[in-house]
Amino acid sequence: MTILIHLLKAFAVGGAICAFGELLVLRTKLTPARILVGYIVAGVILSALGLYGPIADFAGAGASIPLTGFGHALTTGVKRAVQEIGFMGVFTGGLTSTAAGISAAVFFAAMVALVFKPRPKP
Amino acid sequence: MFDKNARPSPRRQAQLDRYSRLVDRLSPKSPMAQGLLRAFWVGGAICALGQCFIEAGLHWLDMTPASASTFASVMIVLLTALLTGVGVFDRIGQYAGAGAFVPISGFANAMVSPAMEFTREGLVLGLGAKLFTIAGPVLVWGTSASVIVGILYAIFRW
Repeated sequence: MTILIHLLKAFAVGGAICAFGELLVLRTKLTPARILVGYIVAGVILSALGLYGPIADFAGAGASIPLTGFGHALTTGVKRAVQEIGFMGVFTGGLTSTAAGISAAVFFAAMVALVFKPRPKP
Repeated sequence: MFDKNARPSPRRQAQLDRYSRLVDRLSPKSPMAQGLLRAFWVGGAICALGQCFIEAGLHWLDMTPASASTFASVMIVLLTALLTGVGVFDRIGQYAGAGAFVPISGFANAMVSPAMEFTREGLVLGLGAKLFTIAGPVLVWGTSASVIVGILYAIFRW
């Protein structure tokens, strides 16, 4: 039962974050690439202001899977690293906490691109 | 012979009316509402799937909350990369718009698509470079923003 509630929360919050992105697509001239960059930077800033943490605690994957969650991970990582190792943490924290996502994306993308042939766009 | 201004025959007119009523009925009430709904349910479903991986990691694989969350992101990235490879994810993207590209699936798709496309231009400057066409800017500005936050945090420690 608690799992079902977690799923519903993730669905609702994740869906809302995506619907807002679609609103930007429909209402502004922003390209998807700009929206992705905007979402990451927005996640970094919201997290630094302490606004994203509560959303992440509430929604789980609904907050961590959208790209704002990537920004949140960058900020939490950099703050933790500064606490632990001091000023050099500024340069290690962000990418340390997001290393798995980046490595996985680079590796899987490269392997899939090697194996599959591009096909005409639908 | 062929008069463009001639009125259609009553039978043809009835046909045209039927057709326009059909178009009215089948086209969405508002493109805005339809787009938002599609983005909402597909984006929400991708996040709910991510939550399934988190729960699986926590309850079956003895992961900490942090690694379960990482596990979920990695699995969504893997699934998206494969679905992009077989050409299915592009259809999901066309249907759902931001619902497909705002989750981390969009990050993975944005790497695989150009990498696959440019493999014929070589493994270094084709696949290797084009992989970062969109992921590059995301990493540049995300990392830069986090360094700025880190510097501020090192000074002010809020």
